[in-house]
Amino acid sequence: MKKFDVVVIGGGPAGMAAALGAREKGATVAILERDTRLGGILNQCIHNGFGLHYFGEELTGPEYAKRFRDKVLADSGITVYLEAMVLSFNEQKVVRALSPTEGLLEIQAGAICLAMGCRERSAGAIGLLGTRPAGIYTAGMAQRLSNIDGYLVGKEVVILGSGDIGLIMARRMTSEGAKVKLVAEIMPFSSGLKRNIVQCLNDYNIPLRYSTTVTRVTGKQRLTGVYVAPVDEKMQPILEKEEYIPCDTLLLSVGLIPENDLLSGTGVQMAAVTSGAMVDEYRATSVPGVFSAGNVLHVHDLVDNVSEEAFVAGRAAADFAKGVLPCGDTVAVIPSDGVRYALPQRVHPGEGKVKLYFRVDKVYKGRTVVVTSGGKEIKRKKPLVMAPGEMQNIEIEKSLITGEIKIYTEE
Amino acid sequence: MNTTCIMCPMGCSLTVEEEGKEIVVKGNGCPRGEKYGRAEYSHPERVVTTLLKKEKGGVVSVKTDRPIPKDKIADLLLWAAAFRVQGQYKTGDVLAVNPVDCGANILATADEEE
Repeated sequence: MKKFDVVVIGGGPAGMAAALGAREKGATVAILERDTRLGGILNQCIHNGFGLHYFGEELTGPEYAKRFRDKVLADSGITVYLEAMVLSFNEQKVVRALSPTEGLLEIQAGAICLAMGCRERSAGAIGLLGTRPAGIYTAGMAQRLSNIDGYLVGKEVVILGSGDIGLIMARRMTSEGAKVKLVAEIMPFSSGLKRNIVQCLNDYNIPLRYSTTVTRVTGKQRLTGVYVAPVDEKMQPILEKEEYIPCDTLLLSVGLIPENDLLSGTGVQMAAVTSGAMVDEYRATSVPGVFSAGNVLHVHDLVDNVSEEAFVAGRAAADFAKGVLPCGDTVAVIPSDGVRYALPQRVHPGEGKVKLYFRVDKVYKGRTVVVTSGGKEIKRKKPLVMAPGEMQNIEIEKSLITGEIKIYTEE
Repeated sequence: MNTTCIMCPMGCSLTVEEEGKEIVVKGNGCPRGEKYGRAEYSHPERVVTTLLKKEKGGVVSVKTDRPIPKDKIADLLLWAAAFRVQGQYKTGDVLAVNPVDCGANILATADEEE
C-alpha cells in the first residue's frame, strides 16, 4: 500500500494550499483530484477580482489557480493523482479511490485533509414547481458550459438568486449575446458583492427585483417561460401579483452546500448551520487526524480566505502525522445575538492568537461585535457595516481564554 | 448620475452632478467615495474579461491588460465575437494588440490544456 504523511482530498484552491502548507512542515503529500487538472472551480471563474487580499493584485480565477498549481507541480514532495475519485476512508486512515491509471487505489495516510469544496443547490433542492423541461441550469453549471466547454446555454434568460455566481453569469451571458430579462432575489437584499451588482447588472441595465421569487416554470421540451411573484414578509409568494416572463433559460444561484458525502459513517461531528465539520483552530475535526478546510468546511465568499484557512489545516495535518500537533482540552465558541455562526467551533487556550471567522444574520450598520471568555470581555470591534454575504473575522489572544467563548453583536 | 459606491461594503448611494464647472459628489461617507464618484462620472473604466474562440475549436479565457473606457466595452465584445485565436498560447501571452484603439491589449488568462 502507498503511504503519505498527508492525503489531501480535492485539488481546488483549498486542496492546493493545504498541500503546500503540509510541505512547509516537511510532510510527504498526495492530492486526490477527480477532475483532469488542478484548480477546481477557479478554472471556470474567468472574471477578475481574485487575490486582492492574498497577492495584493486582481487576478482572474484561472490565474489565481495557476499560481498555486505551478508551485504544487514543481514540488517533488507532492504526488498528484488526477481523475481520482475518492470512495471512502476509514478509522485507520486508509483512503480508497478509483483512478483510470491506478485502478483501485489504497493509500495509508498519516493525516487526511478534506478539501472537497461545495455543490450548488439545485431545482429539486428549492422545490421548484412546474414542468421539467431543458433549459434550467445551476449558475455554476452554465458557467462551466460557457467558460470551459464554449457553449452558450440559452438566449433569453431569467436568473433566480442574486448570489455572486448569478450576478457574474448575468454579465457573462449578456457578453455572449444573450438577453438577461430579470434577476429575482427572494430576500430584501443581495448576498452578492456590491461591486458585482454595479459592474455585472447596472453596467448592462439588467433589472434586479428584491423580495421576488420564481413561482413555477412552463415548457415541455424546452423551457418557455417562468412565473415570478413578489413575496410577503413570511417569504410566501403573493400569487395575485404573479407575472409571466417568456424565456428559454432559468439559472439558479440559490446557495451552496459543502460536499461532505464522504463523511457519512466516519463519526466526524457536523455543524448544522455550516453543513461542514466542527473544527478547532487547527481545522481538526472530531476524528483525530482528519482535518477540513475551504468550502467543504463552510462556504466562503473570498478564495483568499480559503487559501489562508487551508494553509492552517495543511500545516496542522503535517504536525499531526509527525505526532507534534498540540492537543489538550478546548473551550466551545458559542455564537448568539446576530452572529449566525462562528468558526472554529472550539479553541485551545494557550499562546498566540486565533482568528474567529463569523457571519451575521442580516445587514447591520454600526453594530458592535463582542467576544467574551469565561464571562469576561476579551475583544470588541465596530465595523461600519456587516452583511450576511461577507464573512467577518475578529482576532483574539489565546492567553485571555479562561472559559467558554461567546461571540455576539450589540448596539 | 446616481450610482452605488463599491469601495467598501457600506455601498453608499452616490449622486454625482456638475455644478458650474465642478463635479460634485453627494451621499458618500468618506473621501474614497468622492474619488470613486468622480471617476465613475467623468471616465468610468473596467477591466474586461471574456472568451475568444480558437480556430481549431474551444475557447480561451482572456482579459484586457488595463481598464478600458466603459463605452468601449460593447466594441470590445463585438470584436471578441469575430476574432479567432490561432496556434499555441499560455497564460499572459498577448493574443491581440490594441483591438479597439484604447491602448489595451488582450491577454490569455489560462494555459492551453494538453
